[in-house]
Amino acid sequence: MRRAITTITPARGRNVELLLTALAIGVVILAYINVSVAESGTVPTDLLGHTGILAAIALTVHLVLRWRASFADPIILPIVTLLNGIGLVMIHRLDLAAGRDFGSGLALRQLIWTGLGVAIALAVLIALRDHRVLRRFTYTAGLAALVFIALPLSPLGHSVYGAKIWIKLGAFTFQPAEIAKILLAVFFAGYLVQTRDMLALAGHKVLGITFPRARDLGPLVIAWLAAAFVLVLENDFGTTLLIFGLFVAMLYVATERISWVVLGLGLAAGGALVVYQFASHVQTRVLCWTDTFSDQGMQQCGQLATGIMGMAAGGISGTGLGRGRPWLTPLPESDFIFTSLAEELGLIGIFAIIMLYALLVERGLRSAIGLRDGFGKLLATGLTFVLAIQVFVVIGGVTRVIPLTGLTLPFIAYGGSSLLTNWTLVAILLRISDHARRPEPEFDPASMDAPTQVVKTR
Amino acid sequence: MNQPIRRLSMLVSVLFVLLLGSSTWIQVLGSQDINDRPGNRRTQLESYARERGQILIGGRPIASSTPTDDDLQWQRTYSNPRLYSHITGWNSFTYGPGGGIEEAEDGLLSGRDDKLFYDRLTGTIAGREPKGASLELTINPKVQKAADEALGDQRGAVVALDPRTGAILAMVSHPDYDPTPLVSHDPSVEKKAWESLNADPTRPLVNRSITGNLYPPGSVFKIVTAAAALEDGQWSEDSSIPGPAVLDLPQTDVGLPNSHPGACGPGDKVSLAVALQDSCNTAFGWLGMQLGGDAMRQQAGKFGFGDDLEVPMKVSPSTLPTQMSPPQEAQVGIGQYDVRVTPLQVAMVSSAVANDGVVMKPHLVQSVLGSDLSTISETKPEQLSKAMEPETSDQLTDMMKLVVERGTGTQAAVPGVSVAGKTGTAEQGEGMPPHAWFTGFAPADNPQVAVAVVVEDGGRAGNEAYGGSVAGPISAAVMKAALQ
Repeated sequence: MRRAITTITPARGRNVELLLTALAIGVVILAYINVSVAESGTVPTDLLGHTGILAAIALTVHLVLRWRASFADPIILPIVTLLNGIGLVMIHRLDLAAGRDFGSGLALRQLIWTGLGVAIALAVLIALRDHRVLRRFTYTAGLAALVFIALPLSPLGHSVYGAKIWIKLGAFTFQPAEIAKILLAVFFAGYLVQTRDMLALAGHKVLGITFPRARDLGPLVIAWLAAAFVLVLENDFGTTLLIFGLFVAMLYVATERISWVVLGLGLAAGGALVVYQFASHVQTRVLCWTDTFSDQGMQQCGQLATGIMGMAAGGISGTGLGRGRPWLTPLPESDFIFTSLAEELGLIGIFAIIMLYALLVERGLRSAIGLRDGFGKLLATGLTFVLAIQVFVVIGGVTRVIPLTGLTLPFIAYGGSSLLTNWTLVAILLRISDHARRPEPEFDPASMDAPTQVVKTR
Repeated sequence: MNQPIRRLSMLVSVLFVLLLGSSTWIQVLGSQDINDRPGNRRTQLESYARERGQILIGGRPIASSTPTDDDLQWQRTYSNPRLYSHITGWNSFTYGPGGGIEEAEDGLLSGRDDKLFYDRLTGTIAGREPKGASLELTINPKVQKAADEALGDQRGAVVALDPRTGAILAMVSHPDYDPTPLVSHDPSVEKKAWESLNADPTRPLVNRSITGNLYPPGSVFKIVTAAAALEDGQWSEDSSIPGPAVLDLPQTDVGLPNSHPGACGPGDKVSLAVALQDSCNTAFGWLGMQLGGDAMRQQAGKFGFGDDLEVPMKVSPSTLPTQMSPPQEAQVGIGQYDVRVTPLQVAMVSSAVANDGVVMKPHLVQSVLGSDLSTISETKPEQLSKAMEPETSDQLTDMMKLVVERGTGTQAAVPGVSVAGKTGTAEQGEGMPPHAWFTGFAPADNPQVAVAVVVEDGGRAGNEAYGGSVAGPISAAVMKAALQ
């Protein structure tokens, strides 16, 4: 009844979004000028061309949001624009260092990928009027995810730096596991919202914790097998963590039962131990993690050590954009873009970037809490958590919190598949947040009376 | 489902805090350690990015950097590379700074040292290109050259000090090497030179004057024994002490013989002065046993034995055995058994005698010059220790003059100058040629230079070598150059 008498319309925040997005673009423009001044001592002549495209892209998303999702969270777009822009500037800066001009450089390709990613995101925003539609595709998404994950093992598979996580179609390479993470989130959300009561309530009590029944364990075992499969056959430690973390987290949110987490972590630890015994590349990863600077470590994985040396060279305030030597680290624009940024922007810059990610994750989880349908809650949680784990796994990998993996830093690292996927992910999140923040349709007691009036007239 | 989502967000916070922590560790707390790691190319490139300071002798560079077009930006060049090889060392891109001043004062030369903070600050304000500090050395090029030429192709070392200040006037170690290929910008040239220098059995990279395996001092150590005896008060230069042909060693059935057959004086007695003049082993062996290990260790310590010195290169401490039986005390009294010395330490012993018993801290850097060549700091002569009373040093000076006038050291004489000195012929064991030693100072009444010379394995003379004949003339050449 309270809602019925409310006359306040919740703030949509579209103007806040516009302002913050403009601010983000402003930061990117300054960074771009900074790189150019450091490199050649002049303000770039092509300034408008480069940053203008990014500004136009962000503005288009903003306008579509006004049109189609006017209650969407206003903080998400500015954050993503800023992250994407920082990535572009760093990649451009590494292009200059490597002597690649704009036409042949990676920054241009990244810009094109950004455009494509945003196009897909806009399509999602326009076509997907309600996220609950996705629930219909629960099992389709699950199957598709498995196919995508297994794709690198097919003849299309393409191995880079020992990790078999790519497929190659002509000159075009793609990481199918990137797409799979969205599909998996959809599948888990759909599956769990259906079975959560059974998973939560049925079970045996052992030591005060209620453990699930064996027949309900099926999906957990399947997820566990899929993760182990990826780890062993594709040497993709990152995706393994991603899949498993995503599943355990969503299972926990769906059932509210800590026993699932205990079970999941137990299975993970057991599986990891077994795999460690057999898979030499996993042993290498662990060696590189614990003994990065030993002779053997330097030989096997000098890139991690050089990345850390780059970070150390940056210190608190960094060398300044364009003034460090990030190219000394292998893969400075993709797997190690975090250390490249850390070297030139310093600890201050890195803190800002990590906080941007934290804010993004916070907005996603807030949307999940604001939603009223279980599927949406689970989906929003899953998509957001996948982003959070990916950030943790990448940054944790290059700063030696966990063993190094080949995942990309969302929106910042160079790579088409990552950009496309993450923009799509953000589009779904924006759609969900629109739903979460949109007030319930006005409940008008007067309209309820109308039919009786009809009767009255009779 | 809201409660678990909130818990999940707490978990994410924890994970992100871990990332903040690990980044902080790498970029702040552990960064120094990581930057200093060998093979950190960023640190290496950083040090090459700014002009490294010069190493100067008499205002003229023996090491300097010239700009290049390649990535490293600066090419290190050494003028007279072999003559100064053990003084300059190298600053190799691949192998880092090493071998001498380049390593010991890398912080100043590269401009990273905290002492240069003010210089850096004013440089930034004045818009000066950042640049390392330059170092003016105490080396006297004439003395260095004389020592190098006199030692010639023989293995060994020469050190010349100014006894009044501790300034190192010459520091030569043979074999020497050419640091030029080590600073080549072609990694294959660097590697080839590095490997062949390290594989060389004569170990040219070792600065024999301050490091290496150290030498047995032989009879030059008798100065220390004599000082201990004179300081003890029981003996003076005229005291008559036993000097038989063979000294009975208690607890053993062998004796300690003189290097020349026969007793050192009539009736197996000899004065302390004559014992030193003729390098009488039995007399000093007897003194060693009389004084005992503790007294000798104490006296040696006052000369600087056991000290960790930096000149600024690290100097290996010279040592005496910590435990000695009476026969070993006799051995130590004549500089045998486990006594090990650096030529620098031997030069410090002579310096102390020359400088009224005071040992000055040896040093190689005269002054530090800022990037605009203004003086940042100047080394002030510093007293290291007091080895003996002035009366003792006066008596020792008289005794050491006799060595050069009519004793074993006549070949170290410099015409027109009174030289005080002591020879040494250090046995290394059966069948191996002895090391030839000479140490001394001149002029005896107004000392300006103290010298220590060691020629390994007898040099060109081989088994026929004596300290006086092999090392004496080298000392004479060095003193002559220093007194010109």
